[in-house]
Amino acid sequence: MNPFDAALFPEGTKRCSLKLFIAWNIPWILLLLWGLVGAVLCLYKGLNQTNMTDYFAFALWIVFDLAVIALGAGAFFTGFLTYIIGKKELKDIINAAVLIGFICYSGAIAMLGIDIGQPLRGWFIFWHVNVHSMLAEVSFCITAYLGVLAIEYLPIILENRQIQRIKELRLFGNNLHEIMAMFAATGTFLSFFHQGSLGGLFGVMYARPFAYREGFYVWPWTFFLFVLSAIAAGPCFTILCTRLAEFITRKKLVPDKAVQTLAKIAAYLTGIYVLLKIVDTLVWAYKLTPKAGLTLMDYYKEGPYGIWLLIAEVIIFGIIPAIILLIPKARQHPGWLVVACLMNCTGIVLNRFVFTVVTLAIPVMPFGRFVSYWPTWQEWGIALALVGYGFLLFSLSYRYLPLFPKERELNP
Amino acid sequence: MFPFCFEWKWDPDHFIFLGFLYLVLIIIGTGLGIAFLKTSAQVLGFMRERHFDH
Repeated sequence: MNPFDAALFPEGTKRCSLKLFIAWNIPWILLLLWGLVGAVLCLYKGLNQTNMTDYFAFALWIVFDLAVIALGAGAFFTGFLTYIIGKKELKDIINAAVLIGFICYSGAIAMLGIDIGQPLRGWFIFWHVNVHSMLAEVSFCITAYLGVLAIEYLPIILENRQIQRIKELRLFGNNLHEIMAMFAATGTFLSFFHQGSLGGLFGVMYARPFAYREGFYVWPWTFFLFVLSAIAAGPCFTILCTRLAEFITRKKLVPDKAVQTLAKIAAYLTGIYVLLKIVDTLVWAYKLTPKAGLTLMDYYKEGPYGIWLLIAEVIIFGIIPAIILLIPKARQHPGWLVVACLMNCTGIVLNRFVFTVVTLAIPVMPFGRFVSYWPTWQEWGIALALVGYGFLLFSLSYRYLPLFPKERELNP
Repeated sequence: MFPFCFEWKWDPDHFIFLGFLYLVLIIIGTGLGIAFLKTSAQVLGFMRERHFDH
Protein backbone atom coordinates (compact mmCIF):
# COMPACT_ATOMS: atom_id res chain seq x y z
CA MET A 1 0.00 0.00 0.00
CA ASN A 2 1.44 3.38 -1.03
CA PRO A 3 1.69 5.49 2.18
CA PHE A 4 1.08 8.79 0.37
CA ASP A 5 -2.04 7.38 -1.25
CA ALA A 6 -3.26 5.69 1.96
CA ALA A 7 -2.92 8.97 3.85
CA LEU A 8 -5.71 10.38 1.70
CA PHE A 9 -8.25 7.63 2.48
CA PRO A 10 -11.15 8.47 4.79
CA GLU A 11 -10.36 7.70 8.44
CA GLY A 12 -10.64 4.02 9.35
CA THR A 13 -11.56 2.75 5.88
CA LYS A 14 -9.88 0.18 3.68
CA ARG A 15 -9.25 0.61 -0.04
CA CYS A 16 -7.70 -1.52 -2.79
CA SER A 17 -4.06 -1.06 -3.84
CA LEU A 18 -3.13 1.89 -6.04
CA LYS A 19 -2.18 -0.46 -8.91
CA LEU A 20 -5.58 -2.14 -8.88
CA PHE A 21 -7.30 1.24 -8.68
CA ILE A 22 -5.37 2.51 -11.73
CA ALA A 23 -6.18 -0.71 -13.64
CA TRP A 24 -9.90 -0.32 -12.76
CA ASN A 25 -9.88 3.21 -14.16
CA ILE A 26 -8.18 2.44 -17.49
CA PRO A 27 -11.43 1.62 -19.37
CA TRP A 28 -13.02 4.86 -18.13
CA ILE A 29 -9.98 6.89 -19.17
CA LEU A 30 -10.10 5.25 -22.62
CA LEU A 31 -13.78 6.19 -22.94
CA LEU A 32 -12.90 9.75 -21.99
CA LEU A 33 -10.12 9.82 -24.60
CA TRP A 34 -12.52 8.56 -27.28
CA GLY A 35 -14.90 11.37 -26.34
CA LEU A 36 -12.06 13.88 -26.34
CA VAL A 37 -11.07 12.92 -29.91
CA GLY A 38 -14.72 13.27 -31.02
CA ALA A 39 -15.04 16.62 -29.23
CA VAL A 40 -11.86 18.03 -30.79
CA LEU A 41 -13.07 16.95 -34.25
CA CYS A 42 -16.51 18.50 -33.69
CA LEU A 43 -15.04 21.75 -32.40
CA TYR A 44 -12.36 21.96 -35.09
CA LYS A 45 -14.25 20.71 -38.16
CA GLY A 46 -17.80 21.44 -37.06
CA LEU A 47 -21.00 19.48 -36.58
CA ASN A 48 -20.57 17.81 -40.00
CA GLN A 49 -18.76 15.20 -37.91
CA THR A 50 -22.18 14.10 -36.69
CA ASN A 51 -25.17 12.62 -38.49
CA MET A 52 -27.37 15.45 -37.24
CA THR A 53 -29.19 17.42 -39.92
CA ASP A 54 -31.61 20.32 -40.01
CA TYR A 55 -34.26 17.61 -39.64
CA PHE A 56 -32.52 15.87 -36.73
CA ALA A 57 -31.23 18.83 -34.75
CA PHE A 58 -31.96 16.95 -31.52
CA ALA A 59 -30.21 13.59 -31.54
CA LEU A 60 -28.12 11.20 -29.43
CA TRP A 61 -26.59 13.92 -27.25
CA ILE A 62 -29.99 15.36 -26.34
CA VAL A 63 -31.31 11.87 -25.54
CA PHE A 64 -28.30 11.38 -23.23
CA ASP A 65 -28.76 14.87 -21.78
CA LEU A 66 -32.42 14.37 -21.01
CA ALA A 67 -31.81 10.90 -19.64
CA VAL A 68 -28.95 11.85 -17.31
CA ILE A 69 -30.75 14.99 -16.15
CA ALA A 70 -33.76 12.83 -15.20
CA LEU A 71 -31.57 10.18 -13.55
CA GLY A 72 -29.59 12.88 -11.73
CA ALA A 73 -32.79 14.18 -10.15
CA GLY A 74 -32.01 11.97 -7.16
CA ALA A 75 -29.68 14.74 -5.97
CA PHE A 76 -32.24 17.48 -5.64
CA PHE A 77 -35.02 15.19 -4.49
CA THR A 78 -32.91 13.47 -1.82
CA GLY A 79 -31.69 16.93 -0.74
CA PHE A 80 -35.30 18.12 -0.54
CA LEU A 81 -36.32 15.08 1.54
CA THR A 82 -33.28 15.36 3.82
CA TYR A 83 -33.05 19.08 4.47
CA ILE A 84 -36.59 20.37 3.87
CA ILE A 85 -38.84 17.43 4.82
CA GLY A 86 -36.43 16.23 7.52
CA LYS A 87 -35.86 12.57 6.59
CA LYS A 88 -32.71 12.26 8.72
CA GLU A 89 -31.95 8.68 7.66
CA LEU A 90 -31.25 9.93 4.13
CA LYS A 91 -28.14 11.74 5.43
CA ASP A 92 -26.42 8.38 4.98
CA ILE A 93 -26.99 8.48 1.21
CA ILE A 94 -27.12 12.22 0.46
CA ASN A 95 -23.38 12.53 -0.35
CA ALA A 96 -23.64 9.82 -3.00
CA ALA A 97 -26.83 11.39 -4.39
CA VAL A 98 -25.13 14.80 -4.66
CA LEU A 99 -22.12 13.27 -6.42
CA ILE A 100 -24.33 11.39 -8.90
CA GLY A 101 -26.26 14.60 -9.59
CA PHE A 102 -23.03 16.55 -10.07
CA ILE A 103 -21.69 13.94 -12.51
CA CYS A 104 -24.95 13.90 -14.48
CA TYR A 105 -25.34 17.67 -14.73
CA SER A 106 -21.70 18.55 -15.38
CA GLY A 107 -21.51 15.81 -18.02
CA ALA A 108 -24.73 16.99 -19.65
CA ILE A 109 -23.56 20.61 -19.79
CA ALA A 110 -20.15 19.59 -21.19
CA MET A 111 -21.93 17.61 -23.90
CA LEU A 112 -24.21 20.57 -24.66
CA GLY A 113 -21.08 22.68 -25.08
CA ILE A 114 -20.20 20.50 -28.09
CA ASP A 115 -23.80 20.17 -29.25
CA ILE A 116 -24.35 23.90 -29.72
CA GLY A 117 -21.60 23.88 -32.36
CA GLN A 118 -19.99 27.15 -31.35
CA PRO A 119 -19.36 27.09 -27.58
CA LEU A 120 -17.85 30.57 -27.76
CA ARG A 121 -21.37 31.82 -28.43
CA GLY A 122 -22.87 29.74 -25.62
CA TRP A 123 -23.47 32.86 -23.53
CA PHE A 124 -25.89 34.24 -26.17
CA ILE A 125 -28.76 32.23 -24.67
CA PHE A 126 -28.22 33.97 -21.33
CA TRP A 127 -27.68 37.48 -22.61
CA HIS A 128 -30.01 37.63 -25.63
CA VAL A 129 -32.65 35.56 -23.90
CA ASN A 130 -36.10 34.84 -25.28
CA VAL A 131 -38.17 34.93 -22.10
CA HIS A 132 -40.97 32.89 -23.71
CA SER A 133 -38.68 29.98 -24.54
CA MET A 134 -38.81 26.79 -22.48
CA LEU A 135 -35.31 25.96 -23.76
CA ALA A 136 -34.00 29.27 -22.38
CA GLU A 137 -35.54 28.40 -19.00
CA VAL A 138 -33.87 24.99 -19.13
CA SER A 139 -30.49 26.58 -19.94
CA PHE A 140 -30.78 29.06 -17.08
CA CYS A 141 -31.92 26.48 -14.57
CA ILE A 142 -29.45 23.69 -15.36
CA THR A 143 -26.53 26.12 -15.34
CA ALA A 144 -27.58 27.65 -12.02
CA TYR A 145 -28.33 24.19 -10.61
CA LEU A 146 -24.89 22.92 -11.60
CA GLY A 147 -23.55 25.80 -9.49
CA VAL A 148 -25.71 24.64 -6.58
CA LEU A 149 -24.51 21.05 -7.03
CA ALA A 150 -20.89 22.21 -7.08
CA ILE A 151 -21.53 24.05 -3.79
CA GLU A 152 -23.13 20.90 -2.34
CA TYR A 153 -20.21 18.75 -3.53
CA LEU A 154 -17.53 21.16 -2.24
CA PRO A 155 -17.98 20.35 1.50
CA ILE A 156 -17.62 16.63 0.66
CA ILE A 157 -14.27 17.37 -1.02
CA LEU A 158 -13.24 19.53 1.93
CA GLU A 159 -13.90 16.56 4.25
CA ASN A 160 -10.90 14.74 2.81
CA ARG A 161 -8.62 13.69 5.68
CA GLN A 162 -5.68 15.82 4.57
CA ILE A 163 -7.75 18.86 3.59
CA GLN A 164 -9.37 18.76 7.05
CA ARG A 165 -5.97 19.65 8.51
CA ILE A 166 -6.19 23.08 6.88
CA LYS A 167 -8.24 25.04 9.39
CA GLU A 168 -9.62 27.62 6.94
CA LEU A 169 -10.92 24.99 4.51
CA ARG A 170 -12.34 22.82 7.30
CA LEU A 171 -14.24 25.79 8.71
CA PHE A 172 -15.49 26.83 5.29
CA GLY A 173 -16.78 23.30 4.65
CA ASN A 174 -18.53 23.22 8.03
CA ASN A 175 -20.12 26.61 7.43
CA LEU A 176 -21.37 25.50 4.02
CA HIS A 177 -22.84 22.39 5.65
CA GLU A 178 -24.74 24.54 8.15
CA ILE A 179 -26.62 26.44 5.45
CA MET A 180 -27.11 23.45 3.13
CA ALA A 181 -30.91 23.62 3.56
CA MET A 182 -30.88 26.97 1.74
CA PHE A 183 -28.99 25.47 -1.22
CA ALA A 184 -31.23 22.39 -1.16
CA ALA A 185 -34.34 24.59 -1.39
CA THR A 186 -32.80 26.61 -4.25
CA GLY A 187 -31.87 23.38 -6.03
CA THR A 188 -35.40 22.06 -5.63
CA PHE A 189 -36.86 25.22 -7.15
CA LEU A 190 -34.43 25.15 -10.09
CA SER A 191 -34.85 21.42 -10.70
CA PHE A 192 -38.63 21.55 -10.63
CA PHE A 193 -38.65 24.11 -13.40
CA HIS A 194 -35.95 22.69 -15.65
CA GLN A 195 -37.20 19.10 -15.37
CA GLY A 196 -40.66 20.40 -16.24
CA SER A 197 -39.55 22.67 -19.03
CA LEU A 198 -37.65 19.82 -20.68
CA GLY A 199 -41.00 18.08 -21.01
CA GLY A 200 -42.81 21.31 -21.77
CA LEU A 201 -40.67 22.10 -24.78
CA PHE A 202 -41.94 18.93 -26.50
CA GLY A 203 -45.53 19.37 -25.34
CA VAL A 204 -45.86 22.83 -26.88
CA MET A 205 -44.93 21.62 -30.39
CA TYR A 206 -48.36 22.15 -31.89
CA ALA A 207 -47.18 21.18 -35.38
CA ARG A 208 -46.01 17.76 -34.19
CA PRO A 209 -49.05 15.80 -33.02
CA PHE A 210 -46.85 12.97 -31.74
CA ALA A 211 -45.49 15.22 -28.98
CA TYR A 212 -48.16 17.91 -28.61
CA ARG A 213 -50.26 17.88 -25.43
CA GLU A 214 -52.85 20.15 -23.90
CA GLY A 215 -52.21 21.41 -20.42
CA PHE A 216 -52.65 23.86 -17.59
CA TYR A 217 -52.11 27.57 -18.33
CA VAL A 218 -48.78 27.80 -20.28
CA TRP A 219 -47.61 24.33 -19.21
CA PRO A 220 -48.54 21.24 -21.26
CA TRP A 221 -49.11 18.01 -19.30
CA THR A 222 -45.66 16.80 -20.37
CA PHE A 223 -44.24 19.49 -18.05
CA PHE A 224 -45.72 17.76 -14.99
CA LEU A 225 -45.07 14.24 -16.30
CA PHE A 226 -41.36 14.99 -16.79
CA VAL A 227 -41.06 16.37 -13.23
CA LEU A 228 -42.88 13.36 -11.81
CA SER A 229 -40.92 10.81 -13.84
CA ALA A 230 -37.61 12.45 -12.83
CA ILE A 231 -38.36 12.40 -9.10
CA ALA A 232 -39.55 8.80 -9.45
CA ALA A 233 -36.49 7.58 -11.39
CA GLY A 234 -33.81 9.78 -9.76
CA PRO A 235 -33.92 8.01 -6.35
CA CYS A 236 -33.98 4.63 -8.15
CA PHE A 237 -30.78 5.58 -10.00
CA THR A 238 -29.17 6.64 -6.71
CA ILE A 239 -30.09 3.25 -5.22
CA LEU A 240 -28.70 1.48 -8.30
CA CYS A 241 -25.38 3.35 -8.13
CA THR A 242 -24.93 2.63 -4.41
CA ARG A 243 -25.81 -1.03 -4.95
CA LEU A 244 -23.26 -1.19 -7.79
CA ALA A 245 -20.63 0.42 -5.53
CA GLU A 246 -21.46 -2.12 -2.80
CA PHE A 247 -21.19 -4.99 -5.30
CA ILE A 248 -17.82 -3.83 -6.66
CA THR A 249 -16.27 -2.99 -3.27
CA ARG A 250 -17.90 -6.03 -1.58
CA LYS A 251 -18.88 -3.82 1.34
CA LYS A 252 -22.11 -2.57 2.82
CA LEU A 253 -22.03 1.17 2.32
CA VAL A 254 -25.54 2.44 3.04
CA PRO A 255 -27.86 1.32 5.87
CA ASP A 256 -30.98 -0.52 4.67
CA LYS A 257 -33.21 2.07 6.34
CA ALA A 258 -31.96 4.84 4.04
CA VAL A 259 -32.34 2.69 0.91
CA GLN A 260 -35.81 1.51 1.93
CA THR A 261 -37.02 5.06 2.67
CA LEU A 262 -35.87 6.15 -0.76
CA ALA A 263 -37.35 3.04 -2.42
CA LYS A 264 -40.73 3.53 -0.70
CA ILE A 265 -40.96 7.17 -1.82
CA ALA A 266 -39.87 6.18 -5.34
CA ALA A 267 -42.55 3.46 -5.32
CA TYR A 268 -45.42 5.86 -4.66
CA LEU A 269 -44.08 8.41 -7.13
CA THR A 270 -43.60 5.78 -9.84
CA GLY A 271 -47.14 4.51 -9.21
CA ILE A 272 -48.63 8.01 -9.56
CA TYR A 273 -46.48 8.72 -12.62
CA VAL A 274 -47.50 5.51 -14.42
CA LEU A 275 -51.16 6.16 -13.65
CA LEU A 276 -50.98 9.70 -15.04
CA LYS A 277 -48.92 8.51 -18.02
CA ILE A 278 -51.65 6.00 -18.90
CA VAL A 279 -54.31 8.74 -18.68
CA ASP A 280 -52.10 11.03 -20.78
CA THR A 281 -51.55 8.28 -23.39
CA LEU A 282 -55.29 7.58 -23.64
CA VAL A 283 -56.19 11.28 -24.04
CA TRP A 284 -53.41 11.66 -26.62
CA ALA A 285 -54.48 8.55 -28.57
CA TYR A 286 -58.25 9.08 -28.50
CA LYS A 287 -58.63 12.87 -28.38
CA LEU A 288 -55.58 14.78 -29.61
CA THR A 289 -54.50 12.43 -32.40
CA PRO A 290 -57.94 12.22 -34.12
CA LYS A 291 -58.19 16.01 -33.72
CA ALA A 292 -55.00 16.26 -35.84
CA GLY A 293 -56.60 14.04 -38.52
CA LEU A 294 -54.54 10.97 -37.62
CA THR A 295 -54.89 7.61 -35.93
CA LEU A 296 -52.56 6.19 -33.31
CA MET A 297 -51.10 3.65 -35.74
CA ASP A 298 -50.16 6.43 -38.20
CA TYR A 299 -47.28 7.24 -35.85
CA TYR A 300 -45.94 3.70 -35.96
CA LYS A 301 -46.47 2.60 -39.56
CA GLU A 302 -42.95 3.40 -40.81
CA GLY A 303 -39.39 2.94 -39.64
CA PRO A 304 -37.99 0.92 -36.74
CA TYR A 305 -40.02 2.70 -34.06
CA GLY A 306 -43.15 0.58 -33.82
CA ILE A 307 -45.99 0.34 -31.29
CA TRP A 308 -43.65 -1.91 -29.27
CA LEU A 309 -41.98 1.27 -28.02
CA LEU A 310 -45.21 2.41 -26.38
CA ILE A 311 -45.79 -1.04 -24.87
CA ALA A 312 -42.21 -1.23 -23.62
CA GLU A 313 -42.29 2.27 -22.13
CA VAL A 314 -45.69 2.18 -20.42
CA ILE A 315 -46.25 -1.49 -19.59
CA ILE A 316 -42.92 -3.33 -19.35
CA PHE A 317 -40.78 -0.50 -17.97
CA GLY A 318 -43.62 1.44 -16.34
CA ILE A 319 -46.35 -0.68 -14.78
CA ILE A 320 -44.15 -3.68 -13.88
CA PRO A 321 -41.46 -1.77 -11.88
CA ALA A 322 -44.22 0.29 -10.23
CA ILE A 323 -45.93 -2.92 -9.04
CA ILE A 324 -42.64 -4.44 -7.80
CA LEU A 325 -41.74 -1.26 -5.91
CA LEU A 326 -45.23 -0.89 -4.44
CA ILE A 327 -45.16 -4.40 -2.90
CA PRO A 328 -43.27 -3.96 0.44
CA LYS A 329 -41.88 -7.52 0.47
CA ALA A 330 -40.63 -7.21 -3.11
CA ARG A 331 -38.81 -3.89 -2.59
CA GLN A 332 -37.25 -5.23 0.63
CA HIS A 333 -35.75 -8.10 -1.38
CA PRO A 334 -32.30 -6.93 -2.62
CA GLY A 335 -32.61 -8.63 -6.02
CA TRP A 336 -36.12 -7.43 -6.81
CA LEU A 337 -35.25 -3.90 -5.68
CA VAL A 338 -32.36 -3.75 -8.16
CA VAL A 339 -34.53 -5.20 -10.96
CA ALA A 340 -37.32 -2.70 -10.29
CA CYS A 341 -34.92 0.26 -10.10
CA LEU A 342 -33.20 -0.84 -13.31
CA MET A 343 -36.53 -1.22 -15.13
CA ASN A 344 -37.75 2.13 -13.82
CA CYS A 345 -34.60 3.90 -15.03
CA THR A 346 -34.82 2.11 -18.42
CA GLY A 347 -38.42 3.29 -18.79
CA ILE A 348 -37.44 6.91 -18.18
CA VAL A 349 -34.53 6.70 -20.67
CA LEU A 350 -36.94 5.18 -23.21
CA ASN A 351 -39.42 7.99 -22.56
CA ARG A 352 -36.75 10.64 -23.23
CA PHE A 353 -35.65 8.77 -26.38
CA VAL A 354 -39.22 8.63 -27.69
CA PHE A 355 -39.82 12.33 -27.10
CA THR A 356 -36.49 13.36 -28.66
CA VAL A 357 -35.90 11.03 -31.59
CA VAL A 358 -39.28 9.51 -32.53
CA THR A 359 -40.94 12.94 -32.41
CA LEU A 360 -38.54 14.18 -35.07
CA ALA A 361 -38.55 10.97 -37.14
CA ILE A 362 -42.29 11.00 -37.83
CA PRO A 363 -43.22 13.16 -40.86
CA VAL A 364 -45.64 16.01 -40.27
CA MET A 365 -46.44 16.96 -43.87
CA PRO A 366 -48.41 14.79 -46.33
CA PHE A 367 -45.40 14.67 -48.66
CA GLY A 368 -42.95 14.08 -45.79
CA ARG A 369 -41.09 10.81 -45.38
CA PHE A 370 -39.95 8.99 -42.28
CA VAL A 371 -36.37 10.04 -41.52
CA SER A 372 -34.07 7.67 -39.68
CA TYR A 373 -30.87 8.57 -37.88
CA TRP A 374 -27.85 6.70 -36.61
CA PRO A 375 -25.07 8.47 -34.69
CA THR A 376 -21.47 8.63 -35.94
CA TRP A 377 -18.56 7.27 -33.89
CA GLN A 378 -17.79 10.84 -32.81
CA GLU A 379 -21.30 11.20 -31.37
CA TRP A 380 -21.09 7.83 -29.59
CA GLY A 381 -17.65 8.75 -28.26
CA ILE A 382 -18.81 12.04 -26.75
CA ALA A 383 -21.94 10.43 -25.27
CA LEU A 384 -20.07 7.46 -23.80
CA ALA A 385 -17.37 9.75 -22.41
CA LEU A 386 -20.03 10.81 -19.93
CA VAL A 387 -20.19 7.22 -18.66
CA GLY A 388 -16.40 7.10 -18.37
CA TYR A 389 -16.36 10.45 -16.58
CA GLY A 390 -19.04 9.26 -14.19
CA PHE A 391 -17.22 6.06 -13.24
CA LEU A 392 -13.92 7.91 -12.89
CA LEU A 393 -15.23 10.70 -10.65
CA PHE A 394 -17.31 8.30 -8.55
CA SER A 395 -14.31 5.98 -8.10
CA LEU A 396 -12.01 8.85 -7.11
CA SER A 397 -14.60 10.27 -4.72
CA TYR A 398 -15.22 6.88 -3.12
CA ARG A 399 -11.49 6.29 -2.66
CA TYR A 400 -10.55 9.63 -1.18
CA LEU A 401 -13.70 11.21 0.27
CA PRO A 402 -16.15 10.14 2.98
CA LEU A 403 -18.87 9.48 0.43
CA PHE A 404 -20.67 7.00 2.66
CA PRO A 405 -20.65 8.32 6.24
CA LYS A 406 -21.68 4.96 7.73
CA GLU A 407 -19.07 2.89 5.87
CA ARG A 408 -16.82 2.46 8.92
CA GLU A 409 -19.71 1.52 11.18
CA LEU A 410 -21.16 -0.98 8.71
CA ASN A 411 -17.77 -2.62 8.03
CA PRO A 412 -16.04 -3.01 11.40
CA MET B 1 -29.66 40.51 -19.66
CA PHE B 2 -29.93 43.59 -17.47
CA PRO B 3 -32.74 46.19 -17.46
CA PHE B 4 -30.44 48.75 -19.09
CA CYS B 5 -29.89 46.53 -22.15
CA PHE B 6 -31.70 47.57 -25.34
CA GLU B 7 -33.44 44.17 -25.60
CA TRP B 8 -35.04 44.53 -22.17
CA LYS B 9 -38.78 45.25 -22.10
CA TRP B 10 -40.64 46.53 -19.08
CA ASP B 11 -43.27 43.78 -19.18
CA PRO B 12 -44.34 41.03 -16.72
CA ASP B 13 -42.66 38.31 -18.81
CA HIS B 14 -39.20 39.86 -18.42
CA PHE B 15 -39.86 40.69 -14.77
CA ILE B 16 -40.89 37.14 -13.88
CA PHE B 17 -38.33 35.25 -15.95
CA LEU B 18 -35.27 37.32 -15.18
CA GLY B 19 -36.54 38.32 -11.72
CA PHE B 20 -36.51 34.69 -10.61
CA LEU B 21 -33.08 34.15 -12.19
CA TYR B 22 -31.56 37.08 -10.31
CA LEU B 23 -33.32 36.01 -7.11
CA VAL B 24 -31.73 32.56 -7.37
CA LEU B 25 -28.30 34.03 -8.13
CA ILE B 26 -28.66 36.42 -5.15
CA ILE B 27 -29.58 33.50 -2.85
CA ILE B 28 -26.61 31.43 -4.05
CA GLY B 29 -24.26 34.42 -3.73
CA THR B 30 -25.61 35.28 -0.27
CA GLY B 31 -25.13 31.70 0.92
CA LEU B 32 -21.54 31.62 -0.27
CA GLY B 33 -20.96 35.09 1.21
CA ILE B 34 -22.31 34.02 4.63
CA ALA B 35 -20.09 30.93 4.67
CA PHE B 36 -17.06 32.99 3.63
CA LEU B 37 -17.69 35.75 6.21
CA LYS B 38 -18.30 33.25 9.03
CA THR B 39 -15.10 31.42 8.12
CA SER B 40 -13.15 34.67 8.07
CA ALA B 41 -14.58 35.66 11.46
CA GLN B 42 -13.70 32.25 12.93
CA VAL B 43 -10.19 32.26 11.50
CA LEU B 44 -9.55 35.78 12.81
CA GLY B 45 -10.91 34.79 16.24
CA PHE B 46 -14.04 36.97 16.24
CA MET B 47 -16.33 33.94 16.32
CA ARG B 48 -16.06 30.52 17.94
CA GLU B 49 -15.79 27.39 15.81
CA ARG B 50 -18.96 25.31 16.06
CA HIS B 51 -18.77 21.55 15.94
CA PHE B 52 -21.37 20.65 13.39
CA ASP B 53 -22.79 17.15 13.15
CA HIS B 54 -22.92 16.20 9.46
